Amino acid sequence: MLLHVRRSLIITVIFFASLGLMYPLTETAIGQAFFNHQSNGSLTQFGSILVGQKWAGPKWFQGRPDPYNPMSTGGSNLGPRSQALVNDVAKQIKILKNEGIAPTSGLVTTSGSGIDPDISPAAAYAQVDAVAKARGLPVAKVRQLVTNHISGAQFGFLGSPYVNVLLLNEGLSTLK
Amino acid sequence: MSFAWTLTALVIVLAIIWRFLGKYMASVYEGRVRWASFIERPLYRLLGVDPESEQSWQRYATALVVFSGIAILFTYLMLRLQGYLPFNPQHLPGVTPALAWNTAVSFVTNTNWQSYSGETTMSYLSQMGVLAVQNFVSASVGIAVAVALIRGFSRKGSRTIGNFWVDLVRGILYILLPVSFLAAIVFMAQGALQTLAGPAHIHDVLNGVSQTIPRGPVASQEVIKQFGTNGGGFFNANGADPFENPTGLTNFLSIVLILSIPVALTYTFGKMVGSIRQGVAILTAMTIIFGCWLAIGAIAEHQANPAVTAAGLTHQTSGNMVGKEVRFGDTSSVLYNIASTQTSTGSVNSANDSYNPMGGFATMTGMMLGEVSPGGVGSGLYTILLFAIIAVFIGGLMVGRTPEYLGKKIQASEVKLATLGALVMPITVLILTAVAVSLHSGQVGPLNKGPHGFSEILYTFTSVTNNNGSAFAGINSNTAFYNILESVGFILGRFAIIIPTLALAGTLGAKNVVPASLGTFRTDKPIFVGLLIGVILIVGALTFFPAVSLGPIVEQLTTKKFF
Amino acid sequence: MSDVGSSHSIKQESKPKAQPGTPVMEKQSRGLFDRDILRQAAIDAVKKFDPRMQIKNPVMFVVLIGTVITLLESAANPSVFSWSVTVWLALTVLFANFAEAVAEGRGKAQADALRRMRSDTEARRLLPDGTEQKVAAAELAKGDLVICEAGDIIPSDGEITEGIASVDESAITGESAPVIRESGGDRSAVTGGTKVLSDRIVVRITSERGHTFLDRMINLVEGAQRQKTPNEIALTILLAALTIIFLPVVVVLKPFAHFAGADVSVVVQIALLVCLIPTTIGALLSAIGIAGMDRLVQRNVLAMSGRAVEAAGDVQTLLLDKTGTITLGNRMASAFLPVDGHSEEELAGVAQLASLADETPEGRSIVVLAKERFDIRERKLGAEHVFVPFSAQTRMSGINLDGREIRKGATEAIKHWVALQGGDPSVDLDHLAEQVAMSGATPLAVADGPQLLGIIELKDVVKQGIRERFAQMRTLGIRTVMITGDNPLTAAAIAQEAGVDDYLAEATPEAKMALIKAEQEGGKLVAMTGDGTNDAPALAQADVGVAMNSGTTAAKEAGNMVDLDSNPTKLIEVVEIGKQLLITRGALTTFSIANDVAKYFAIIPALFVATYPQLKALNIMRLHSPQTAILSAVIFNALIIVALIPLALRGVRFRPSGASAILRRNLLIYGVGGILAPFLFIKIIDLVITALHAY
Repeated sequence: MLLHVRRSLIITVIFFASLGLMYPLTETAIGQAFFNHQSNGSLTQFGSILVGQKWAGPKWFQGRPDPYNPMSTGGSNLGPRSQALVNDVAKQIKILKNEGIAPTSGLVTTSGSGIDPDISPAAAYAQVDAVAKARGLPVAKVRQLVTNHISGAQFGFLGSPYVNVLLLNEGLSTLK
Repeated sequence: MSFAWTLTALVIVLAIIWRFLGKYMASVYEGRVRWASFIERPLYRLLGVDPESEQSWQRYATALVVFSGIAILFTYLMLRLQGYLPFNPQHLPGVTPALAWNTAVSFVTNTNWQSYSGETTMSYLSQMGVLAVQNFVSASVGIAVAVALIRGFSRKGSRTIGNFWVDLVRGILYILLPVSFLAAIVFMAQGALQTLAGPAHIHDVLNGVSQTIPRGPVASQEVIKQFGTNGGGFFNANGADPFENPTGLTNFLSIVLILSIPVALTYTFGKMVGSIRQGVAILTAMTIIFGCWLAIGAIAEHQANPAVTAAGLTHQTSGNMVGKEVRFGDTSSVLYNIASTQTSTGSVNSANDSYNPMGGFATMTGMMLGEVSPGGVGSGLYTILLFAIIAVFIGGLMVGRTPEYLGKKIQASEVKLATLGALVMPITVLILTAVAVSLHSGQVGPLNKGPHGFSEILYTFTSVTNNNGSAFAGINSNTAFYNILESVGFILGRFAIIIPTLALAGTLGAKNVVPASLGTFRTDKPIFVGLLIGVILIVGALTFFPAVSLGPIVEQLTTKKFF
Repeated sequence: MSDVGSSHSIKQESKPKAQPGTPVMEKQSRGLFDRDILRQAAIDAVKKFDPRMQIKNPVMFVVLIGTVITLLESAANPSVFSWSVTVWLALTVLFANFAEAVAEGRGKAQADALRRMRSDTEARRLLPDGTEQKVAAAELAKGDLVICEAGDIIPSDGEITEGIASVDESAITGESAPVIRESGGDRSAVTGGTKVLSDRIVVRITSERGHTFLDRMINLVEGAQRQKTPNEIALTILLAALTIIFLPVVVVLKPFAHFAGADVSVVVQIALLVCLIPTTIGALLSAIGIAGMDRLVQRNVLAMSGRAVEAAGDVQTLLLDKTGTITLGNRMASAFLPVDGHSEEELAGVAQLASLADETPEGRSIVVLAKERFDIRERKLGAEHVFVPFSAQTRMSGINLDGREIRKGATEAIKHWVALQGGDPSVDLDHLAEQVAMSGATPLAVADGPQLLGIIELKDVVKQGIRERFAQMRTLGIRTVMITGDNPLTAAAIAQEAGVDDYLAEATPEAKMALIKAEQEGGKLVAMTGDGTNDAPALAQADVGVAMNSGTTAAKEAGNMVDLDSNPTKLIEVVEIGKQLLITRGALTTFSIANDVAKYFAIIPALFVATYPQLKALNIMRLHSPQTAILSAVIFNALIIVALIPLALRGVRFRPSGASAILRRNLLIYGVGGILAPFLFIKIIDLVITALHAY
């Protein structure tokens, strides 16, 4: 028994040093050296392309109605028969309709992370008319911007096609 | 269509992994892989372990339990003392006692249930140096138990089942660490964080938004959390967080990592008992159950969310997007969560709590079947072998012979240990849930009202007892009541199954082998696969049908009402 | 083998074998449901409510406790529903008791018949001074010597120490032909209750009062010493586990329901519990075991323990003696081998004459061969002939005809006879006899007065249908090994002809023992038959050792079964009975568990439909009301026990085939059938209850 305890203590310290320090620190060194942009948070001048932000419509393309607090991630966790969920969605539908945007399921529901940086191409196209109108831009140009910002599924089949809202709005800000 | 390609790719990749990783693992645990012996040898010398000498099941189990106890103690102390330790750029204080206890037991038991938000609770040292270490260690312990049980089947007249220390070290050194090391690089390239720098503060001049963006050594922890079927996220959102799981590729890789070892262990099993077909039979049963549950989940989540419909959005082109990320879409999200709940992983890339009733049914009942399809690293195999023993016993009687599995007679002591191991989980889940729904401290936990609130509590104890760690996360379980009650589930769900399993390894290993004949009930044939699935489903259904009918089933059958 | 060449053995072997399955006691053999047995069983079923008896069966004990609780609940809050549930729960226990009582009753009836046989005989004890003393059989102690003469009943089990006699053992074996018992050698054992027909013997009593063979038989059929077999223990553990798991399942319903704003009554909880725990198999388990032993007894095999019966099902290697098992014990004449310049035809003629009055199959075969070979017709015998029958003393038979004294018999006996007649027995007969014996056949010498004519070769004939039997054994995964004293060439020839998988030629007891040990070390279970004292170690070593009742006491004590018919072929049936016993248990277990699915669909919607009306979608049987649904499930659960009693007693149908085929068939019937059947019957019961307007 004492032998087991002694061995457990020794190996716990060894694991702490090797798996808990050496391994992650080596990976950090590799990340910093070779994937500096990604491993530091994929930051741009305006934020992180992996973290969604609150964009007020219709002057900007808006993302999903997430809380966008990256220090407190997570979904709403409201169940499929939750009256609170019905109310939230109804409220969001009303907001979008007031802005002249036809609601899509992505635009009226919150995500799993609470910081979803993306919307579906359909959700982006749905906002084209309203954005163009609010900014006084030609619809076709805005539509083209969206088309240019669609990322397909990886290798054509992994995941779903999406539009990164930050990058789209960065593009929008330079559009004349 | 892309989902079909995803599934095809998954099957192909896993088939290759099954064959090669499975064979490799057999070599590792039979001591034939030696490329890191320059690390192994001094380590054993330091521990005072002779790698050639083996232990009886009692000594093996004692070593395992003592080691796990020390690991819990170490983890607890490190979390409590986190405020005084380095790598803490946010200057987070020590974790409170109940939470530290819950978290320590949770990670040591391979559960990774998290009653906390990583981004605001855990320092980088706690994440990488304490919690992620347990991701490696608890996974290796799980595989060791499975391998010990395989040895019980493959040996005859043996008094020993292996050496715990050697199995523990080899699993990490030869399997878990090398794969994690490589996979982490892919994750970093795709956008996962890997830095020791503190949170980034940014201000977006375009929309006037200011954000504090949390960071940390994420990629190195992310890969082992999947590969070791642990599931504990660096951030609260777990695999939904873009910093943990940034792209469709990382999502796919996560699923592959989750399923690799549990699937490949069936090859290892076949290889070590001398008949790959035996492993194929087990894998087939696992695959069929997995496929059915995936189908239930995928079909359910491909439907519109009833609450969204009720709110007025009648035309929905994508499925239920509540709690899901756009970059994954509905079906790939389900695939991830099904893989995670049918193993003991419990990481999520979408909110189970917001799944449609039958989607939540799929993730919840996947665990209720005992997590055998393919189950956690090691735990999946040893649990399904417990069911196989029960199936063989019933089937064997029906062919008129004292039942035998792989030549080992299944008699009173085997039946006792297998049923003990198989029934601990349902009994614990039901009793803990009953306690929680009966007491005020438990009743205030759920976020949702009506049957979904019941589902949240039921899911919690199903998850903790199965050492899964996923949640119907609306429940507020960071209370002393839940933290303590859950730890009962962690411990029983882990050790009350491992100890009978090791005892089984001992009794089986000591037995002689009965040669197979035409009169033997063949366990490498479709009829056995069918019987095994039948036993798993019937045991699961009979124990959980009443409970589930009060949760997801009643939700599914409800048409108009909202709670 | 040791008996080759002795005419004594010829007589032994030529004794007509009882057909397999001949009942021990023809007059007591009963159908499945004899009225007397049922009446007694009904009374016993009520007696078995005693909790001290119930606790032995954990499943039914839970039902009994549940019944008591519902009874109290019904008394406190009476309603038609709760009383109905209580009554049907009590009936469930009663039916289980009844099943066991019926199985035991059948055994008891047989035991009673045996007891009547154990009449209080008077014994003639031989005192050391040579005088006789009349004592009651009950007073005999082990080691006492008793004298038995023609007409006496042998008072207790013993060994003949002096003399030779023919004994009627029909009381034990049901076979009418008398057998020879003599001192020394392998046929010296006699059984209490059998009757001496001729001659006088002195018997040394070998059993204490109460421990005789007859007593053991009575105990066995009565089930007094019935202990649980290994598989039964394992199954009981599984059933206990299935009972334990359903306790929390049912208990937690209350808090779960409360949380949902509903309530579940204790009566309903208990009803659900009883429906879910494996009551069907729990109720029938002991009946299946008793009935399995009973089936063996019906085939005149006594198993000393249930463990042996179960082991029989597991046997992978069968060691079978050639003679009597694979070949007909009665050998057939195959050649006439003359000596001293006599012609073959001459020998055939004399041999035919000697056999004309010999009605044994061997005798008939000699007549037939003579006709085939030399067209020697059956001659009508004149009045002047005298037939000399076989006797254990002379070991030969023959005919006195026209002054000629023709004899045939064992070589030694004939040589002795020729010498007595003044002839020359020193001719080269021994050499020829040895050759014949070497080839696996039996030599039978023929003499005409002092003249030795030659030898009739009697060859083994492989039993009809035995090849098919062995093929069946092979599909069951059982390897057959023929044991013979023959030389390897003959053994190979017969093995080939009979279709056994292997043979052990020139078998000595040591070789036999070595073979058994080798098989067992390979993990196989071995069954064998034996009768001689030198078989005893091997019988003890074998996992299933079936001793022939005609064999020695040593053999009978070493084996774990005794075949009263002394028919070695029966080993195959013993294996089948062992398998059938396990299959019946497995099938009913599967059925019992599979039934639960339908019961859930009856009860769960009934439980919660008040709170969640949408759950009525689960009521796929469209049962009338929650109460009729629950009651129907409970009634089904009780009635299915009664319905399955015949199956439990008879055993499920067993056809020798491969494991996969057997399993597929049983899974289909008892697994799939077990899921579907209750849906139908619960619905029917619900319709009936509804029609009765009870609710």
